[in-house]
Amino acid sequence: MSDFQPHPRLRSRRDLFRIALGGGLSFLLPPLSLRASEQRGVERPASLITVWLQGGPSQLETWDPHPGTKIGGPTRGIETSIPKIQIAEHFPRIAEQLRHLSVIRSLSSKEGDHERGTYAVKSGYRPDPTVTHPSLGSLVTQALPNKSLEIPSHVALASGTWPPVGGYLGAEYDAFKVSDPGGQMPHINPPVSTERQAMRVNGLDILNRSFARGRPGQLERTLQPETVRRALTMMNSEQLEAFKIEEETAETRAAYGEGRFGRGCLVARRLVETGVRAVEVTLDGFDSHADNFDAHVARANELDPALSQLVRELRERDLWQSTMLLCVGEFGRTPRINSLDGRDHWPHGFSCLVGGGGLRSGVVIGATDPEGGREPVDPVTVPNLHATILSRFGIDPDEELWTPIGRPLALSEGTPIERLLPAT
Amino acid sequence: MWRNRFIFICGLLAISAYVFGAAAIPEPISTAIPAAERSEAPEPKSGPTDGSFAQALADVEAELSARSSTAISIPVAEELTILRRLSLALHGTIPSLEEIRRFESDARPDRLDRATKQIIEDPRTADYVAERLSRSFVGTENGQFIVFRRDRFLNWLSTELNEGRPFNETVRDMISARGLWTDRPAANFITAAVTDDQIDNAELTGRICRAFLGQRIDCAECHDHPFAEWKQTDFEGLAAFFETTDISPLGIHEKSIAEIASQRATSEIGEPMVPFYSEGLTDGESPRDRLAAWIVDPQNKRFGRAVANRMWWLLFGRAYHAPVDDIPDPGDESTRLLDILGEDFATHQYDLRRLIRLIASTSAFRAASAIEGIDQSRFETAQDEWRIFPVSRLRPEQIIGSMLQAVQIRTADADDQFLFRLIRFVRERDFVDAYGDPGDEVPADASATIPQALLRMNGRFTRELTEANPFTGTGRISAFSSDVDTAVATAFLCVLTRRPHANELESIRPWMKQSDATFESSQLEDLMWVLMNSPEFAWTH
Repeated sequence: MSDFQPHPRLRSRRDLFRIALGGGLSFLLPPLSLRASEQRGVERPASLITVWLQGGPSQLETWDPHPGTKIGGPTRGIETSIPKIQIAEHFPRIAEQLRHLSVIRSLSSKEGDHERGTYAVKSGYRPDPTVTHPSLGSLVTQALPNKSLEIPSHVALASGTWPPVGGYLGAEYDAFKVSDPGGQMPHINPPVSTERQAMRVNGLDILNRSFARGRPGQLERTLQPETVRRALTMMNSEQLEAFKIEEETAETRAAYGEGRFGRGCLVARRLVETGVRAVEVTLDGFDSHADNFDAHVARANELDPALSQLVRELRERDLWQSTMLLCVGEFGRTPRINSLDGRDHWPHGFSCLVGGGGLRSGVVIGATDPEGGREPVDPVTVPNLHATILSRFGIDPDEELWTPIGRPLALSEGTPIERLLPAT
Repeated sequence: MWRNRFIFICGLLAISAYVFGAAAIPEPISTAIPAAERSEAPEPKSGPTDGSFAQALADVEAELSARSSTAISIPVAEELTILRRLSLALHGTIPSLEEIRRFESDARPDRLDRATKQIIEDPRTADYVAERLSRSFVGTENGQFIVFRRDRFLNWLSTELNEGRPFNETVRDMISARGLWTDRPAANFITAAVTDDQIDNAELTGRICRAFLGQRIDCAECHDHPFAEWKQTDFEGLAAFFETTDISPLGIHEKSIAEIASQRATSEIGEPMVPFYSEGLTDGESPRDRLAAWIVDPQNKRFGRAVANRMWWLLFGRAYHAPVDDIPDPGDESTRLLDILGEDFATHQYDLRRLIRLIASTSAFRAASAIEGIDQSRFETAQDEWRIFPVSRLRPEQIIGSMLQAVQIRTADADDQFLFRLIRFVRERDFVDAYGDPGDEVPADASATIPQALLRMNGRFTRELTEANPFTGTGRISAFSSDVDTAVATAFLCVLTRRPHANELESIRPWMKQSDATFESSQLEDLMWVLMNSPEFAWTH
């Protein structure tokens, strides 16, 4: 048991020493011309935006309507920019953009509980009491560090109940939570004047040295001085502007929608432009055990403008080739409509949208049974979806990391979905 | 908005109450001790103090030195450092200035042993240990409110510990519990595993193995364990003990095999089997009673070892064998120490306090965490061999608890006014939410994160707690300290449980000291901020 067990963080520790070496010089580092915000097209390092529909959106009221059937309820379909493919009528703007995306209508998971389902879709693994698997965003962030970034590289906007975590990669890969996107950032302003702040930071240095004495290597191991340095850098960074939306025109802000989610999508675009690797934006309120149809109309009124505007702007700004977009929730909802006009949890055959980042667009995978049967045609597992996204980031999903529980785990148990990958 | 107003009003009330209460101690840094604490105070009651404790400790020491490859001699930590370790591990906070003064005013040579006993017997230990244990017993989630009451379980467990009930009995009650989760709190151990109105046998089995046997056999639910010897049939055999356990609106109860068989094909009902020590499996009223008796059977060494490893983890911030709930078989050379501790635990009526005291009395627990003049590799070897006390990160509730304690001067405990405790509860919860609750396990070398650094540097808690006003420690130190050196020393004692080193004092004095040797309270605020943001504050050492 006490054999040498290489830990995934060893790799990042090595990185840490590199950072530490360059510590004093960091201000000289990224010359403006290399800033991510000025790179465009396929050359640009990729980012991931996850639009998280919390509560379990109904596939039938979103991307997989069955109008005119018993299970379809009152929801009608509308034509989209992908020929012969309809989505729910409440998404006219996404219908226009749909040809830039692909639709999976046969996602399947084994978890029908909110917390477990969220874990399964965010990490690609079923919950395991002995280890916490990292979220997709954390894997991407860890594999592709952006050294010129002074703000966190993994951000959760309008963060929901279970934001993405770094799991066995370490808490430093947890998403940085911003509950009110475009509003006040949490704990970012020092409570005292610049002079007093400088005094305090100097004082901290005295205490750091005391703690380091007689404990070779231990202060570095805590990452504390490094974390404080990075927090201070962040507090003074111009890149914080990426979290603000004041300089966007009123027209742009209105196009996304002024709600928490709309602002979140706008901030997500700004973060990606700044070089943030992974962003998650949450839209809550899909757990429609009662009044399913009204609930979905209300959510669609936020989701349709914001998501379609996000796709449009990423394309207009030549960021689409380098930004992967995934829109998904923890599971779908039952084909059967219950006595409260609601739908219950359904992890079999639910839908997601995925696109950008060089993935093929206009592809539609799988189909659910119009009679409401459990098994979809051409089922796609969550791990396969993860493997597809990882491989587009140039990350081998089969790569294994040693975990704290002393056994190797693959980044994803799935295999990439060939139909979504560009022809080679 | 309303919550904020409510807290504000509560705050005002609590502060007034606190001020009147505090009037009893006009001098915050007084060294006076209550008469009851002086030398004529009776020996605090605790487990046996006879030769058997000394013998057990000697056995542990022999094993510790047998496993050590380091020839370096490690100094013993300062007594106050050991006091801080104990208080953090068992009360979840640093010691108060009041406790430090009381400790220092005891001149007897065995004052550390006496303080150790006192800390272990303080009801705060039962509360905090129960909170920590409950994470492995019932998880951290609030679960399904309809059938699961975490708070009831926690209160019950805390009472069991506080009353010093043999731990095997407490555990047996959990596993074999019957009745309603509301009036039979132990039953929540079972109902924590309810999903979709069904008891999840697999979850319960995995949890019991991890918590009470120190074995992770969860993966054997679906396949044979890849490395250890667990087979899928072992898992099924254990899970079968719960086949007859049922949940209804009347609570947890047992069904007869005939009832089960009428609902299902009998071939689906598994045969209860244990994966080892099968001769210890005796007859009992129900399969669950049999399993409970088998787990806590003194001959089943894994139980004692699992508890000992967990208590070691609680005290050191690191398990003797990590992961805490996956330890080798009894007799394995690398964990012989757990055999010794487990054996002593079993032969002394599963007295958890004795076990804690035994671990807390070891040279490992009392070793210094710093030593001059050795390189990193030798340092870390010594740390791994428990010659140097390991530094490990505090949990969020320990950090906020310590921040609150540091500015309170007096000991925060159950005697506090209700409103003060309410504020503390709300603040603690908010802080833990923002800081991130790592659940049951924090890896020993878990690193700090940027949001945590921002929260500690710029958060409302730090600002309010370091503010110099008549109600905070900062304000009171400021008011009662006649000069810079006294103020700095008191601040260090309050926050870091030690006095400043000479070089620290030299560095701090210039920015504290004004021309006339006095200081501004804002400078003391800055010092308190620095101390609370230092790595030393956020780590056990």
